[in-house]
Formats: sequence, C-alpha cells, structure tokens
Amino acid sequence: MSKKATLAREYVKGLWEQNAVFRQVLGMCPTLAVTVSAINGIAMALATTFVLVFSSVIISSIRKLIPSQVRIASYIVVIATFVTIVDLVMKAQFPELSKALGPYIPLIVVNCLILGRQEAFSSKNPVFRSFLDALGMGTGFLVALFLLGGIREIFGNRTLLGLQILPNFYEPWLVMILPAGAFLTLGLMMGFFNTMSQRKKRLEHQTIIQQHLKPQKPALASDGEAN
Amino acid sequence: MELVLIFFSAAIVNNFVLSYFLGICPFIGVSGKISSAFSMGLATTFVMSITSIVTWLIYHLVLVPNNLDFLQYVSFILVIASLVQFVEMFIKKISQPLYRALGIFLPLITTNCAILGLALFIVLKEYSFIEGIVYGLGAGAGFTLAITLMAGIREELDLADVPKSFQGAPITLLVAGILALAFMGFAGLISG
Repeated sequence: MSKKATLAREYVKGLWEQNAVFRQVLGMCPTLAVTVSAINGIAMALATTFVLVFSSVIISSIRKLIPSQVRIASYIVVIATFVTIVDLVMKAQFPELSKALGPYIPLIVVNCLILGRQEAFSSKNPVFRSFLDALGMGTGFLVALFLLGGIREIFGNRTLLGLQILPNFYEPWLVMILPAGAFLTLGLMMGFFNTMSQRKKRLEHQTIIQQHLKPQKPALASDGEAN
Repeated sequence: MELVLIFFSAAIVNNFVLSYFLGICPFIGVSGKISSAFSMGLATTFVMSITSIVTWLIYHLVLVPNNLDFLQYVSFILVIASLVQFVEMFIKKISQPLYRALGIFLPLITTNCAILGLALFIVLKEYSFIEGIVYGLGAGAGFTLAITLMAGIREELDLADVPKSFQGAPITLLVAGILALAFMGFAGLISG
C-alpha cells in the first residue's frame, strides 16, 4: 500500500510542488515563445510530454548500459530521435499547428526540462517510476502553458481556444500577444504564485507555533501564581 | 548592403533573446554580473559563428545530397555538442587567459537553444554560406547586447527594494518584458 502511495507521488510532484515552469524555471524558451494562444500552448505541451515520456522510458530502461562519460550525448540522441518523430507526425497530420509552432518543435531537443529529468531522475530510477515522473512533469508543463497561453489569448485577442470571452467594447491589449507580453505575464504569474506559497508557508508556521505554545500556557500561568 | 541588413536584423530588430525567446536560460541564469554576462555573450557569439559555418556545410554537402534531411536535428545537436567540446579543448591549449574567461560558460552553451535555433533558422531562411555566417555573427552580437544590458539592470536591481515574492526569476522576467518593449521601437527599422 505504501509503495502505491509513493508511486502516486512520483506523478503528483510534477504538477505543482516541482512544477517545471513556475518552480524550477526550466523550459523557458518554448514556454514564452509559443503561448500566443491557449491552443498553441496545449499543442506544445503535448509534444513535449510525448518526447519526455518516451525518452524517459527508453533511457531508464538502458540506464545501466550507458557509460557515464557519454551519457549527455546519448540522452540527446534519444531525445532528438523522438523530436524528429513528433515533428514529422505533426507536419503530416496538423500542418497548421506545425506552421504556427515553427522551429520551436525541433527546439524541444534542447528543452532543459527534458534533459534535466533524464539526468536527475530517469538515469537513476526504474522504468515505471520514470514513466510516472515524466508524465507528471509533462502534465505540470501542460497546466503552465495552458494558463499562460489562456491569459495571453483572453487579454490580447478577446478569445479562449477560439471562443470569444470578452465583449467587443473591450479593446484588446496588443502587447499581450507580442514578445513583451510573454515576459510580463509570466513574471507576474510567478510573483503571484510565490506570494501564495509564501502565505501558505506562513500559515503553516503559525499553526505549528500555536501547537507548540498551547501546552506551555498552563505552565506559564502556574509560574505567575508561584510569583 | 544585404549582408549589413541581415546583421542588424538578427542583432537588433529580431533579437534572438527578446523577440524569438532563444537562449532564455543563460539570459536569466548568467545575467547577475556585467563581466560574466559579457564573457558569456562572447563565448556564445564565438560558438554561434562556428556553428553557422559547420552546420551549413553539413546540411548542404552531406544531408541534402543524400536525402537525409530528416536527420538534421540529430546531426545538428551532435555537431554542436562535439563542437563546443572541441572549442573548449582548443582554447585551453592556445590561450589560458581566454580559457579562464570563457571556460566555465562553454559547457552551458551546448544546451543553449539559441545555438540550435540559429542552425535551424539558417536552413529555414535558405541563407547562402556567407549570409549564414553574417546571420550567426549578428545573432551573437544581439545575444551579447541583450544579456549585458540585462546584467547592467540587475546590478542596479540589487540595490532596489524588490518585494520578496518577486525576487529572482519573476523580477528578471518583468525587466526582460520592459527591455522587449524597448526593443520593439526598432521594429520598423528594417523589414524582414
């Protein structure tokens, strides 16, 4: 039972606790570049997750065969192979999306998120665990890209996933779909999430302090009486 | 004249960092001090210009004649990785001071997406050999400019009273956003 719980943790930790974008600040280039709209963000995240999951499984299953001196090069070859597959499939099946994402699909090869997971996790853990870890990281990446792309699309284009959200009298903020908007939105979002997690930490601190204080209170009172 | 246009378009108008979002990792990671940011920029420019030469040759002389262009990602990234290693050994051999200045940054450059991005853009834009080299130099100059500017601002930021939850990456991103806005002023300068 406990084993099952830890397996679930491998998946869950990537969602928020170690979220690639907001927490580890990894994989910034595609995050910022393609999130002009929510759909682009989703497509990018799915492509990245596909590459991440498959290369994690492959690398984790051959982790004992790779000599440690050439491990980075071997990881990159595995990753680049899957990126080529994704790129060719997307060109054939979704030519419009492939055009919108342009050179950022091949650039998944150098996404530090993927290489980072291989180095930090898949090279040391069994296959199934690496699979869950990669899936969790990919889902976290999807959440981040969807949020960022959604916010930019709503304010910059009045729409979300192509459906109109804001009324016509709202003048779209053009800056949101320009490069500057990507930096500003992500910076503000990170600041917001940091504020939230700091508040949560403070609340936890306070409850711990209060729990420690409670048993001491009668002692203090008796001290007072003795005096 | 064409070449001058390519250079300035890559360096300023379509700055790799601020409008293509390439090389964000070092841009955020190594922009703490002006001196190290400038060295990182120089090292990147150096690798970029060599990369543009080598990947152009490989793409046009090896991959295309043999109908192997689906292998371009695998071959480009391998070439870049080994190139960086080679450049590191070469610099170590010929110039110790240069190695001390650039040495620690070279391994980081392998995973700098600006390098692979450059190689891909040269293929995408169908540049000739000379144009490719100029484009590489321009992109490197643009990267150096952006990261040095950023480092200058961050040195000042150390003295500023930044809210706790904005310290580190968030404030850097906000500053980058404002820099990107400033660079948008160049947008009409050169079309393309």
